Amino acid sequence: MNDFDYEAATTVDEAVSLLAAGGQRARVLAGGTDLLVQLRERRRDADLVVDVKRIPQLSEISYEAATGLRLGAAVPCYRVYGDAEVAAAYPGLVDSASLIGGWQIQGRASLGGNLCNASPAADGIPSLIAYDAVANIAGPQGERDVPVAEFCTGPGKTVLERGEFLVSITLPPQPAHSGAAYQRFIPRNEMDIAVVGVGAWVQLSDDAKSIKSARIALAAVAPTPVVATEASKWLSGRPADEATFAEAGELAKKAARPISDLRGTAEYRNHLVGVLTRRVLAAAVSRAQAS
Amino acid sequence: MSHVQAPEASVRPTKNVHVELTVNGEPREFLCAPRESLLDVLRNRLGLTGAKEGCNNGNCGACAVILNGVPVNSCLVLGVEAAGAEVETVEGLAKGSHLHPLQQCFLEDAALQCGICTPGFLVSAKALLDRNPDPSEEEIRLHLAGNLCRCTGYDKIVRAVQDAAKANT
Ligand SMILES: Cc1cc2nc3c(=O)[nH]c(=O)nc-3n(C[C@H](O)[C@H](O)[C@H](O)COP(=O)(O)OP(=O)(O)OC[C@H]3O[C@@H](n4cnc5c(N)ncnc54)[C@H](O)[C@@H]3O)c2cc1C
Repeated sequence: MNDFDYEAATTVDEAVSLLAAGGQRARVLAGGTDLLVQLRERRRDADLVVDVKRIPQLSEISYEAATGLRLGAAVPCYRVYGDAEVAAAYPGLVDSASLIGGWQIQGRASLGGNLCNASPAADGIPSLIAYDAVANIAGPQGERDVPVAEFCTGPGKTVLERGEFLVSITLPPQPAHSGAAYQRFIPRNEMDIAVVGVGAWVQLSDDAKSIKSARIALAAVAPTPVVATEASKWLSGRPADEATFAEAGELAKKAARPISDLRGTAEYRNHLVGVLTRRVLAAAVSRAQAS
Repeated sequence: MSHVQAPEASVRPTKNVHVELTVNGEPREFLCAPRESLLDVLRNRLGLTGAKEGCNNGNCGACAVILNGVPVNSCLVLGVEAAGAEVETVEGLAKGSHLHPLQQCFLEDAALQCGICTPGFLVSAKALLDRNPDPSEEEIRLHLAGNLCRCTGYDKIVRAVQDAAKANT
């Protein structure tokens, strides 16, 4: 690891000035479970590491049923599933947060860090996209909001400009009869990188028998996590049954542009998109029916 | 396969930082460079060599410590981040010569061979029992999934944790 300076910012403005002055050579530190590994392996270098965990907005969870969830960008995963109200309202987020690494990783790793790290296989991002989450960014020009679906621009690349950083992520309030789920495929039970990951959010009709609207997001099948637009749109008005879930799975494959690597071939990944989409839709619908 | 040579570590002089924290209930302080991990600091600056360096990238759990009540891999925490924190290491488990029930059960159940992973397992298991004194086998396996052991095949470790839970109640 390179030698670097360390600053623990305590306000958003302080972090912005440190990052703006540091430019490419400054790095934001949240849980460090990606950053410290990358610095140690010299995949990234830094002259300045800016710890953002002591900034109040970054470490807060605020939730109201009427207004939705604001999740501080540095809140570690264990606090997401440990908050009973948030866990009940956003089960898809709980699925993601409890899959990232093991228990000791979840004590540090944040969903904000998962998003900013912009891995194509990130387990947090599909859930955020499925929930139509928005990234709240601060920078030298003030604040701006970007939909999470547009936040990642390539492997390890994001819309963040010099001096900008992620303050929080907002998720809309959940309507009646809605639910979400995230699942990934890995060759073992714990501690691995997704071969494919799929997140889905659904809202059902008042009688809970058909799908009013849906959003499906895929991981590890393109340079960034992607929305399965055609499958998502097609679901509106369809009966909430197995035949619909299977057909949506076929349509979701159209959004996948997978590569072949040591974790799986492109063909295998396409197949998994179909299977996982069917399964997460079933899980999301059953949660929506129970809500 | 061609390997790209990493550039030499820069020799920018960074200032050592003074950090105060609590370790196993006692106030401690140290000076460290910002790049030193909490694991480096515990081992090299505070003389607490219980936490082990296995993989140094968060996968093996041999360096697990409890930071403000939360189990973490100390290789993925900077020493400077621990300012003001309460840290519990494996050295804090035994009270004098009186072993913690987990330590006693690991010994009696032969839940270790080479022993490198053992401090991490003990710390993770303690964090689990602190929160949930009567975990199911599945809960034990889930909470120890971030700790790797290449000798025992895990069954004896899981059994030792179950026995320690029984001994505690
Ligand atoms: C053993 C192990 C297992 C893992 N398993 C998984 C897994 O199963 N699934 C998965 O998806 N990931 C996994 N990861 C990767 C990592 O834990 C996650 O991506 C985690 O969510 C990163 O969050 P963090 O808070 O630790 O981020 P950090 O490491 O602090 O930051 C990650 C990146 O984002 C930047 N950043 C962080 N916060 C901000 C911000 N607020 N504004 C701007 N930039 C920011 C940092 O500069 C860095 O480039 C694993 C890692 C390890 C070590």
